Amino acid sequence: MSSKTNTGTPLIDMRDICISFGGVHAVDHVSVDLYPGEVVGLLGHNGAGKSTLIKILSGAYKMDSGEIYVNGERADIRSPRDARRYNIETIYQTLALADNLDAASNLFLGRELTSPLGLVDDDAMESEARKIMARLNPNFQKFKDPVSALSGGQRQSVAIARAVYFNAQILIMDEPTAALGPHETQMVSELITQLKAEGIGIFLISHDIHDVMELCDRASVMKNGKLVGTVDVADVTDDDLLSMIILGKQPGKAA
Amino acid sequence: MSEHSATRNQPGLVQRFMRDTELDTRLLGMLGALALIWVGFHVYGALSNGFGAFLTPRNLWNLSVQTASIGIMACGMVLVIITRHIDLSVGSVLGFCAVIMGITQVWFLPKLVGLEHWSIWIIACVVGMVAGTLVGAIHGWLIAYLSIPAFIVTLGGLLVWRGAAFLITRGETISPLDSTFKLLGGGPNGAVGATGSWIVGIIAAIAVVAMIIMGRARRKRFDFRLRPIWAEWFIGIISVGAVVGAVLLVNAYPWPTGIVRRYAAANDIEIPEGGLFISHGFAIPVLILLAVIVVMTVVMNRTRFGRYVYAIGGNPEAAALAGINTRWMTVKIFALMGFLTGLSAVVASARLGSATNALGTLDELYVIAAAVIGGTSLSGGVGTIYGAVLGAFVMQSLQTGMVLIGFDAAVQQVVVGGVLVLAVYLDNLYRRSSK
Repeated sequence: MSSKTNTGTPLIDMRDICISFGGVHAVDHVSVDLYPGEVVGLLGHNGAGKSTLIKILSGAYKMDSGEIYVNGERADIRSPRDARRYNIETIYQTLALADNLDAASNLFLGRELTSPLGLVDDDAMESEARKIMARLNPNFQKFKDPVSALSGGQRQSVAIARAVYFNAQILIMDEPTAALGPHETQMVSELITQLKAEGIGIFLISHDIHDVMELCDRASVMKNGKLVGTVDVADVTDDDLLSMIILGKQPGKAA
Repeated sequence: MSEHSATRNQPGLVQRFMRDTELDTRLLGMLGALALIWVGFHVYGALSNGFGAFLTPRNLWNLSVQTASIGIMACGMVLVIITRHIDLSVGSVLGFCAVIMGITQVWFLPKLVGLEHWSIWIIACVVGMVAGTLVGAIHGWLIAYLSIPAFIVTLGGLLVWRGAAFLITRGETISPLDSTFKLLGGGPNGAVGATGSWIVGIIAAIAVVAMIIMGRARRKRFDFRLRPIWAEWFIGIISVGAVVGAVLLVNAYPWPTGIVRRYAAANDIEIPEGGLFISHGFAIPVLILLAVIVVMTVVMNRTRFGRYVYAIGGNPEAAALAGINTRWMTVKIFALMGFLTGLSAVVASARLGSATNALGTLDELYVIAAAVIGGTSLSGGVGTIYGAVLGAFVMQSLQTGMVLIGFDAAVQQVVVGGVLVLAVYLDNLYRRSSK
């Protein structure tokens, strides 16, 4: 699968991205790209700059310099709203759920369904939430409870449902399985495979080398805010990836 | 916990009743506490003074008027506290708005349009509410865009606006206020009378029934679980009963004989044997409070704005990541708080019949206490409009009750302070057990 050559226009092309916080170069001239139907893993230590890079794409941070192209066109992403307009959806590591609201309110947060009078239509949203959850997590029943009353896996499925519901073309998943049990991790893996088949491009941030080896087509490794390199997963071993993460060395050069 | 026992055993009668009616246990708890306070003061009065003065139409009517000013502001304070802020300045802003309205209608407008001109009360109200909104917006801007904590901004505001009110009036009391304006504060003339109250009551009853029917239709459309028919009837009858009861109550409080005599003389009415019974009906400030409750409840539960208020309170970061402009929301929330403070200033100064720079002193504490007693969580994300208004009623009931049975001011303070702390403790217990 990874032997396929990516031709045509990338879904996302981030070129020469820089951002610094108080003199620290959190992301330092990094370029990554993502093609339709592809899963690209982003690897690196804590503080390597993966999450920061991804938050630039999702509109949470404004980059200092660099360019983002979506479907070959220059994109101006200044806020999460802009990112959503480009069909970029994000599942954050923290899940970014408002704990006091129910599943449907979280699912539609910022994009509420409204009645003709402009009032929020909770029943319509709950109905839609039931449909999408029936697909993702058929056991999910707690539609009336605030999400603080849900288990880790249930909360995760609400966050995933939010990203999937709005027909994302580009999906960013930041540590989607970090808080999950084996069964739920399996569910996420299946979902990634399914979404990939639908032609959605996915950036997957993960600490778990095995996850990356199993799910990703390519992997981009970051260290200290810089890009170490991007490799086809099929061409490398676990150890190659580890040495990239830990030593910051490209496997070809090291060998 | 209750879920497990409910699935394992046959649910008890009370549980089944609560489930079917979908009544809010917190609401019931607060109504219960209020009823306990009312009956308690009445019985205590009856036993120790030989006369229970609390549960009389006159006292309850006065209680409703006295609650209006704090209740209106509490509706705004709920939003502020839900979003994890605080507003310590509302008492001072109330004084400031009252003074602004006072000088508008006493110093300026009479020279422009003539004394007691019909437009004076409208212009004065608008000026006061605009002033309040602007002050609130400034607070919100300082908090949101300059990142100064709300506690500090509004603590500063508490001093600034009280001082500003003094500077404007040079410490004078501004009076007499426009006579139409004064109607907004209540009193025998500032009430809508028996017929008016029935009209208000009938509209409210129709609205309640319409909401029940529409709610049921919506649930059917989406195939959600319906409440059993008996539960719908139960809620309908209780709600309409409460409305009718309130109308009967306010209509049972007659004008004092002196005012009736003057009114009869002015209108050439013969006073019959045994006196003329003219009902007060709902006081105008109470109707203003009711309108605020209805509008704010819709805003909080059925608009995007309200949803974002809760979302920001629950998780500010998540709200921002969902594309909500949390800073601009903060400005809007404080501006709304300011607007409601201006409206409250209308009621408070109209009731007093004059505007002084000391008006509203310590109100911020009563408003915050009302919101907190009403279940608004200081850690953010949780709170309701009806809760805050009930909280205001609890506070006012305690004070009125203690005045009626002759407790002095020092004891009142001790009790009110103690109740505030106790209420928050009970609320914590409730929250822990419902998790």
